[in-house]
Amino acid sequence: MPDDGGKPQSGPIWLDAAAKPFISIEGVTKRFGSFTAVDNVTLKVFKGELFALLGGSGCGKSTLLRMLAGFETPTEGKILIDGQDMAGIPPYERPVNMMFQSYALFPHMTVEKNIGYGLKHENMSDAERADRVKMLIDLVQLGQFAQRKPHQLSGGQRQRVALARALAKQPKLLLLDEPLGALDKKLREQTQFELMNIQDKVGITFIVVTHDQEEAMTLATRIAVMDKGVIRQTGTPTEIYEYPRTKFVADFIGSINQFEGEVKSSKKGFVTVSVPLTNTEMTVPHDRDLPEGSKVAVAVRPEKLTITRKAPAKGVNAVTGTVVDLGYFGKDSLYRIKLASGALVRVNHVNSKRAGEGERVAVWEDKVWLTFDPSSAILLAE
Amino acid sequence: MAAVAKPAASAGPDIELPKSANWKQWLDRDAWRQIMIAVPYAWLVIFFVLPFLIVLAISFGIAQVGVPPVKWAETFPYIEWANYQLLFSKTLYIKAYWNSVQMAAIATFFTLLIGYPMALGIARSSGTMRNVLLLLVILPFWTSFLLRIYAWIGLLGNNSWFNKGLTWIVNTFFPIWGTLPKIQMMNTDFAVILGIVYSYLPFMILPLFSTLERFDPTLDEAAMDLGSKRWQVFKDITLPLSIPGIVAGAMLVFIPATGEYVIPALMGRGDTPMIGKVLVDEFFQNRSWPMASAVAVALLFVLVIPIMLYNWIESRSMQGAAK
Repeated sequence: MPDDGGKPQSGPIWLDAAAKPFISIEGVTKRFGSFTAVDNVTLKVFKGELFALLGGSGCGKSTLLRMLAGFETPTEGKILIDGQDMAGIPPYERPVNMMFQSYALFPHMTVEKNIGYGLKHENMSDAERADRVKMLIDLVQLGQFAQRKPHQLSGGQRQRVALARALAKQPKLLLLDEPLGALDKKLREQTQFELMNIQDKVGITFIVVTHDQEEAMTLATRIAVMDKGVIRQTGTPTEIYEYPRTKFVADFIGSINQFEGEVKSSKKGFVTVSVPLTNTEMTVPHDRDLPEGSKVAVAVRPEKLTITRKAPAKGVNAVTGTVVDLGYFGKDSLYRIKLASGALVRVNHVNSKRAGEGERVAVWEDKVWLTFDPSSAILLAE
Repeated sequence: MAAVAKPAASAGPDIELPKSANWKQWLDRDAWRQIMIAVPYAWLVIFFVLPFLIVLAISFGIAQVGVPPVKWAETFPYIEWANYQLLFSKTLYIKAYWNSVQMAAIATFFTLLIGYPMALGIARSSGTMRNVLLLLVILPFWTSFLLRIYAWIGLLGNNSWFNKGLTWIVNTFFPIWGTLPKIQMMNTDFAVILGIVYSYLPFMILPLFSTLERFDPTLDEAAMDLGSKRWQVFKDITLPLSIPGIVAGAMLVFIPATGEYVIPALMGRGDTPMIGKVLVDEFFQNRSWPMASAVAVALLFVLVIPIMLYNWIESRSMQGAAK
């Protein structure tokens, strides 16, 4: 299943076959009794990456993170960090620090003491230690709160203390467990960019665990989508969104319309699929040869469908139906179109032209056509 | 209230509400809260403040033969200080107070030493195991306290199998004192401390457990992640955060242990009595209610000091948090 996917481009380190991975997870399995939390995961993360493990709750992403931190030991397989096998190395000896989902700030210590806690064991003079704490407090802009205790801080401030504390020991790898989960929407956006800035500044490798696809998309250089302990797809945010490999990934990231059908013919990188649901044929590009009759799905993102009242020319990928729902959001409108078969299709229409009431492209009960460019569609085989 | 019809003629702003509606509203809004608050206050007044005032009054009286066996001075301010003077002049009383505080402090220390790991173990165990362990802590309460003390007397006594077995072990493996005929355990300070530690252990474990149980285990992981080994995690995180539980448990053990009567009376030495014994003797042997009351009032002050100390520490840490 693991797949670096996407189209070859020169540049990114993960496409360089000779590059030495910084973190190498090799066939790692973790079982709790009869439950398999992580199932034979193999993953390579390179130096300086901001890598996201994305998945719903119980998909094994947190267990994988805890194995990297050393709180859990793999049942099978091994984990290498900077070439060193981590088996048998306790958390306090790993070059890894973690920012916990609950932040886990020490309630009886001030911000300063919290941040400086990890440096206690470091071989450095008191002055150096104080300097480092000061530098970190400045980095997360908490200067005036240095003497406060965690319960006197807001959620966003606590999050920054937790980040500074995790950065204090200059770990080779920083693990972040749902770093933005406890923040409200506005604060999330702000901290998202702060986090990216800090990662730029300190230049260490980040692995982020999240269930929020938006968070993963904005933060990460690469994303691994996990489900039931297995990595379904690995790739850049664009690859994951635009070229999902499986129905699960396509569904998990954003919303998508799927038209199931059978391959009718295949030639010159294009596949023609007959879709019984809409009683039409659709032409979609594909790089693999698929035998006739194999079951596939043509998947189209809602924003890649064009809505019109006029019947399109012959040979264009199109379906027809009736508008049953219309949500107007200002910059765009969300339509739900009911096909003759009863299936619902979501369409995102960008309101690029100003239109008053009654001038909209379509309203309730209108019979409309939805068309899409062949290159915008994805062929999902399974 | 909606049923109150406004007279059509007088459209003025004053509408007189029926009194019953007001009363009902008051009952709905405030009364229950006030009644609930009043209950513990009433309890304290009836069962603590009033009896204490009676004891205080008797402590300023003079013993007499008669009913009641106490009278007060005949001139204003009707107060007799003789009992307190005697209390502070006779070494018997001072020694007894000192002895009590000392024994209670040693016993509290050992209850903490034994209770802390137990509480931590229970707090760290999961689900069913935790319930079973908690039940085991509370289970001894199902047997009479006196019965359990008599059981210890039986165990520690010179002719018990326990004493004989222990004597044999010591004589065989640790013959430091030569061959002992027996080990004197009953009627020693050791027996008193053992009795107190045994009896009061649950009062140490339960508050400690409730503090440790609320403890977020990810704090331990965070400390370990930042480079602390297990004992450092305990020293830096677990121990400081359990101080409220330690203080509460120590109070629950130290205060009643200071005034303990049964255990020292049954298991202790006769020559250095604890204050509870002195109090009972004043009351029943000397039949001096005023002296017994003075001893009790003074004991209360001996105990109030640690409570005030605790409050002071508490308020200081609260202030520290508010800075």
